[in-house]
Amino acid sequence: MVEQRPPAYLAHAARSYVQIALLWVRAAMAYPVSFWMMTVSGLLITFLDFVTIWLMFTHIDAYGGFRLREIALLYGVTSIAFRTADMLVGSVEKIGQKVRSGDLDTMMTKPVPVLVQLCADRFELRRLGQIAQGVAVFAWAAPIVDWTPQRLLVLVLALVSGVAIYFCVFVIFSTIQFWTTDASEFANAFTYGGNTIMQYPMTIFPREVVRSLTYLLPLAFVNWYPCLFLLGRADPLGSPGWFPFASPLAALVLVGVTALVWRQGLRHYRSTGS
Amino acid sequence: MSGPLHSPPSLYAAIATRSFRRYSTYTAATLAGIFTNSVFGIILSFAYLALWEQNPTAGGYGADQAVTFVWIGQALLMTIALWSGGSTDDLAERIRNGDIAVDLYRPVSVLGWYLAADLGRALYHFLTRGVAPTVVGALLFGLVAPAPAGAVGFLVSVCLAVVVSFAIRFLFASSAFWLLDATGPRVLLSVMATFFSGLTLPLNLFPDGLRQVALGLPFASYIQTPADIWLGRHAGLDMLAAIGLQVAWAIVLLAMCALVLRAATRKVVVQGG
Repeated sequence: MVEQRPPAYLAHAARSYVQIALLWVRAAMAYPVSFWMMTVSGLLITFLDFVTIWLMFTHIDAYGGFRLREIALLYGVTSIAFRTADMLVGSVEKIGQKVRSGDLDTMMTKPVPVLVQLCADRFELRRLGQIAQGVAVFAWAAPIVDWTPQRLLVLVLALVSGVAIYFCVFVIFSTIQFWTTDASEFANAFTYGGNTIMQYPMTIFPREVVRSLTYLLPLAFVNWYPCLFLLGRADPLGSPGWFPFASPLAALVLVGVTALVWRQGLRHYRSTGS
Repeated sequence: MSGPLHSPPSLYAAIATRSFRRYSTYTAATLAGIFTNSVFGIILSFAYLALWEQNPTAGGYGADQAVTFVWIGQALLMTIALWSGGSTDDLAERIRNGDIAVDLYRPVSVLGWYLAADLGRALYHFLTRGVAPTVVGALLFGLVAPAPAGAVGFLVSVCLAVVVSFAIRFLFASSAFWLLDATGPRVLLSVMATFFSGLTLPLNLFPDGLRQVALGLPFASYIQTPADIWLGRHAGLDMLAAIGLQVAWAIVLLAMCALVLRAATRKVVVQGG
């Protein structure tokens, strides 16, 4: 390991990430037909995902007290944050596989942090298609917001914090595979499940669920509280007025927790020796 | 050569049993999957309850039926390998690395071999990732129980769902004979299967036109048909008609698999020189 001061260390990590990621981008581009087919499929998956919500609105006018475009706003913000994190996080979900194959041992010997190597491994540029869909849904919803500089700031903070929050969720729940290598699907309940739950207004869920998504796993700070502010609506569930501005705080706390969990996982790791 | 199913049934039973055992070794994966299916079942149940609170008869379902539909979908998605997986993934990989040549010259039907293996896998997933989330759903939300005839029809319908899904996955995996890599087609298939099976929204909630098309596609066999039989929407003669459509799709698709396999066999021979 290179012993360096934190800023230099972070710069080294970022540079390594970009280098490895570019390698995989070039590799994917070697099969252009496959690349574009996957990109279009990814776009189509998320497109039909929103079509489903739109189809629900052919039977109702309001959903949990929200209209279609208001839901599209919630959907757009969580989708952009989630899909960006998903692209950045790469194959961290496949820790178990790397443990079994012994690839993790190889990674440990290299002078780049293991987490950086895992996240940059098999970097998938094609996920841009899914991010684009989130952007499109958001753009369709954006005109209903009465934009002010303050609202724009809340949006930017929400998106940046949202990417960080989902990134942490991916990492935290993948760490479980240091203990049970073939339980990768466990993480899906929190990552993909988290994104799915945030596509809906929190008013349709029991209070306990909303509390858990605020204080335990702070996904409500990705889009729910910020979007209420963008829409100029008071929280039907009566949360404090400063919550829409608290997204960076929630992200920061979660980053700290994630660092602890990740270090614990790595420390627990014993090579399979095969 | 890959002729019709001319091998003794005991051979296929042995293949299915091995396949069942293969999947049963991944206990942690099964438990993690049951947990994830249950979480999605809970999220979707609340999502549906909010819809049916606004419109209590949407799609002709009651709220309790809609929630039951959610859990049937979660229970079946692994059994029918909705997002692929199962023996057809092995097939695609064996085509890619050339091992398929060995399969083609075994004195056993290739189609029969892979179907038996997939049925063994499906049974394991039905008994674990099918039954367990359903129990969770019943405890948390109270599901609608099927009538006795509906329960029998449901089981028959699920078996046919597995066969239909297998045949479609087999066809998409076979594209590897020509494309070498079947990843792209597989992703495309999972997109269509997710939307047109009724997993994200019961097909009866689709607008006219799109609904008729969706109900006629083989993907309706995956979840929509078994669920409607469970819920008693297809009863009596109507149930027989629904199952009949599944049988028709199974026969047509398996015949297509046999044709594709024949064409592919010639191609493999030509490549071999």
